[in-house]
Amino acid sequence: MSTVTSDHLGHVADTVRPESHTAGERRAWLRPTLVMILRIALCFVFGLPLIFMIVSSFKPDTQIFGDLDSWAAFLPVGSLSMDNYTGVFGRVPFATFMINSVFISISTVVLGLLVNSMAAFALSRIEFRGQKVVIGIVLATLIVPFETMALPLLWWVNTIPYFDGSQGWLDTYAVQIIPFLANAFSIYLFYQYFDSIPKELDEAATVDGAGWFRIYRSIVMPLSGPAIATVAILTFLPAWNSYLWPLMVVQSEELRPVMVGIDYFKQMGSGAGVSWGQIMAYASMITVPVLALFVAFQKAFINSVASSGVKG
Amino acid sequence: MSNVLAAETAAAPAAQTLSRGGSHKRNKRSTSVALAMLAPAAVLMVVFLIIPIFLTFGLAFTNARLISPVPARFIGFDNFVRLFGNDTFWRSLLNTVVFTIVIVPVQSGLALGLALLVNAKIRGTNFFRTVYFLPVVTSIVVVSMLWLFMYQPDGLINALLAKIGITGPDWLGDPNTALFAIIVLSIWQAVGFHMVIWLSGLQTIPGELYEAASIDGAGTWQQFVHVTWPGLRQTSIFILITITIAAFSLFSQVNIMTQGGPLNSTSTLVYMAVHSGFEQQQTGYAAAISLVFFALVLAVSLVQRYLTRDKESSR
Repeated sequence: MSTVTSDHLGHVADTVRPESHTAGERRAWLRPTLVMILRIALCFVFGLPLIFMIVSSFKPDTQIFGDLDSWAAFLPVGSLSMDNYTGVFGRVPFATFMINSVFISISTVVLGLLVNSMAAFALSRIEFRGQKVVIGIVLATLIVPFETMALPLLWWVNTIPYFDGSQGWLDTYAVQIIPFLANAFSIYLFYQYFDSIPKELDEAATVDGAGWFRIYRSIVMPLSGPAIATVAILTFLPAWNSYLWPLMVVQSEELRPVMVGIDYFKQMGSGAGVSWGQIMAYASMITVPVLALFVAFQKAFINSVASSGVKG
Repeated sequence: MSNVLAAETAAAPAAQTLSRGGSHKRNKRSTSVALAMLAPAAVLMVVFLIIPIFLTFGLAFTNARLISPVPARFIGFDNFVRLFGNDTFWRSLLNTVVFTIVIVPVQSGLALGLALLVNAKIRGTNFFRTVYFLPVVTSIVVVSMLWLFMYQPDGLINALLAKIGITGPDWLGDPNTALFAIIVLSIWQAVGFHMVIWLSGLQTIPGELYEAASIDGAGTWQQFVHVTWPGLRQTSIFILITITIAAFSLFSQVNIMTQGGPLNSTSTLVYMAVHSGFEQQQTGYAAAISLVFFALVLAVSLVQRYLTRDKESSR
């Protein structure tokens, strides 16, 4: 917008004050150029560390450090190999971590979509007593960050009975999924979107003999593609990136997600013999799939973030 | 679906009479359906959100331990007395507040700058937005590991500084630079997120306002002050609140890069709560720390309330 308006402005200035013609013209040429230089420079700032990560994952440690003082640090040059990757697989059960993260993330997204959209449907389209109170409570919890109650929650899930009657939920898949299914923000996003779908549709469907659940499944949800995409993305990213919670609730290696797996490399990071190449290989393997998803569904990702800012 | 849509206009009056006629019966049934659809989310929220919030208040006044054969006992304000007498707590609180006070204006300002820079619909704009957004979809855990390497005494950043003849410090090993180093990478990771939110705010400002302003002879800066900024008021409040609360929650970067060190110079409230409540299993003490955190969040949300009310009354 800034460049567009400055072009407008250039026009106006030219017609109103002919004497500043050359100055205005030079400005009109200078500004877009500066903007473009700045844009490209920022590309390096945001892109280079990630390129460095991926490129270094193919280099032996000696070369990673050797390349640091030149552009070679960001280029796939020198002796490249998959050694770091085979090293990672030799050091940690990477496939297990990956399967765990995929399972936990997908379960959280799918079940979360179901639970939150149903709740939002009830709040948005069915009139019942106490509705306003429920909406108020949902909105009030929006502001509470997970971190404020993470420690009491840890104590709580270690105290309550599990499904089989034994005490405590620690060290299960369930404790990594179920506490994150109901989400005030997801309910809020669905609620807003459902409110924009004409209510006359419900009445027409009722005349046709459809019940509320049928209206939810066959009318409202099929019309809510954008909201579903937004909630899915905003649920997937924190589930995939989850770190603090699994760090505390999972002890068994076979239940561990990818982000906690990186701690295996951190622990040896303080001592000698740290393999930065392996760390970069591990980091690349858990990052590149998400970056690929982002590039493929760019518009949906950006829209989901943008719509999270619409609340007011 | 399509026949429902087609029937919509024809059936609407009929539906109205129908609902008026049998409204009592239908409402009763509706209520039970609504409660059934609400139930899964409601139960989950009560068990995993509402109860833990109340537990934070309850446990803070007990000696509860994560794993203990004896039940927790009420000990009054002992946890708070111990907490307020602990230098690490005050240092963690200070670090959390400093981190927040620096991050909020710098990150929101840079994000606005980025948004203005990529708002124009010219060729390549989409590409730039995508690149600036890449760190946002990268996990903070990965970002922390990556920057941990870049901040090594012989790492990437010092190698670049050496090129221009500067001998860089041991960024994360020096109490004077460690928090600053964490601030920089945190902004790098998250600024793209808020850029997108500013962008969506910018797009709500009608283009005619800019045309009118330029006809009146307003320069680029004047347009920003008189058109852009007032139009971004809603957005700016939202951004301030989200950045503030995210900044209060600082944990992962610290846990991965410095473990609160050196000399507690990067310890934060959440880091301290995890250290006491998880590693040392002192749930009661951790709940007391969480309560202080909760009070900070509550204060911020009250400020938000005040700001939004101010907006409504000024209209």
